[in-house]
Amino acid sequence: MIKTDILIIGAGPTGLFAVFEAGLLQLKCHLIDSLPMPGGQCAEIYPKKPIYDIPSHPEILAGDLVKNLEQQIAPFQPGYTLGESAISIEKTAENAFIVTTDKGTQHQAPVVAIAGGLGTFEPRKPPLKNLAFFEDKGVSYIIKEPEMYRDKNVVIAGGGDSALDWTIFLENVAASVTLIHRRNEFRGALDSVEKVQHLKNEGRIQLITPAEVTALEGDAKLSSISVDKQGEILKIDCDHFIPLFGLTPKLGPIANWGLEIEKNAIKVDNTLDYQTNIPGIYAIGDVNTYPGKLKLILCGFHEATLMCQSAFKKIYPEKRNVLKYTTVSGVSGFDGSQKQAAKSTIKAIE
Amino acid sequence: MSQDITIYLTDREGKIHTLIAPTDMQMNLMEICKAYELPVEGTCGGMAMCASCQCYVESDHTLAERSEDEEAMLSEAFYVEANSRLGCQIQMTKAIDGLKIRLAPSE
Repeated sequence: MIKTDILIIGAGPTGLFAVFEAGLLQLKCHLIDSLPMPGGQCAEIYPKKPIYDIPSHPEILAGDLVKNLEQQIAPFQPGYTLGESAISIEKTAENAFIVTTDKGTQHQAPVVAIAGGLGTFEPRKPPLKNLAFFEDKGVSYIIKEPEMYRDKNVVIAGGGDSALDWTIFLENVAASVTLIHRRNEFRGALDSVEKVQHLKNEGRIQLITPAEVTALEGDAKLSSISVDKQGEILKIDCDHFIPLFGLTPKLGPIANWGLEIEKNAIKVDNTLDYQTNIPGIYAIGDVNTYPGKLKLILCGFHEATLMCQSAFKKIYPEKRNVLKYTTVSGVSGFDGSQKQAAKSTIKAIE
Repeated sequence: MSQDITIYLTDREGKIHTLIAPTDMQMNLMEICKAYELPVEGTCGGMAMCASCQCYVESDHTLAERSEDEEAMLSEAFYVEANSRLGCQIQMTKAIDGLKIRLAPSE
């Protein structure tokens, strides 16, 4: 069981910054995120896009914003459970919460802050009949165990980096790899596009474009797919079909935690501390809603700060606390690091 | 106001909405839909990086051509038709006054 002071669900900018504000109050944090890396949407959807409305950054790439935040919070040694989704929450007799992920990892904390953005990133699934039936019977959306595809016939669909990268990787493993995309152009790293071109030229993979998978066939498991290539229907025998169309966020299991939900977001008390209808559970950043809510990173930072002050009072009701300024108190990391403004030099003029 | 144009939008239940859109606020169709609280997510915020604002153009207005980004996203979107566009890439201008659109199914 992982134990911490504030358990943060969602490692996007808001969740990351909460670690800093908590750290100033000597509170430890642990973050859970369904993605394999911190950063949320900034890392998954638009790492290379510039953001222009972060105070004091006239322009910053989303990916750099995440990197800076990671650096800023490093002294407070946050724990991470990455690549796992928080699915259930329960309250203990001691008024703590236990949050369990889809992989069974358990976390305990007196305060939970949901900073889940638009939700858990899930694979985008093409609208094919029988798709759900063939899941784990030949259809998969994420490649967890490449050995599973050894000497098998694999079909990949998609036009982005993951489709290209896995085509290149699985060509060495699978008996055959077929890549199908709706058009001839691929949106991916130039290097990957060229590698796939090379594999195609050498006849080591089959490339079918512009084409679309229209049907899945098989009895107990997938045995073939149908492809529409500009009106011509091709049938391709295969053991595996891997649609790689990116990820999309869904609010997911959090919607069933007994929290008050409005318009796909969690209602919070914005007059005080962004607490939900369940005392001890807060919601900050894009995941919450209140009158006048704006889904902006800068608003998430503000909400994270107020949440931490309230969490401190909840965890240490007997302790008195006043807001301290980092310019005065500096930053004392849990790793023993110390940041402090340089002392003024005083020297007499004789 | 003279700056405003009218957009006719058919939602996923077949209901037609008349949307009054300003042309002087640098707004796109996805944003107009959100302003009218229509069920358009606009997940990526308007960067042509998701397809949650996909719609079909049902009038013969000439729209600005699809950018490379929009083309790429539509090639990975679902329920795509020849008249598919991403709402976030349709800017509100005088030229599209009276535009008729229909929301694509949500994924």
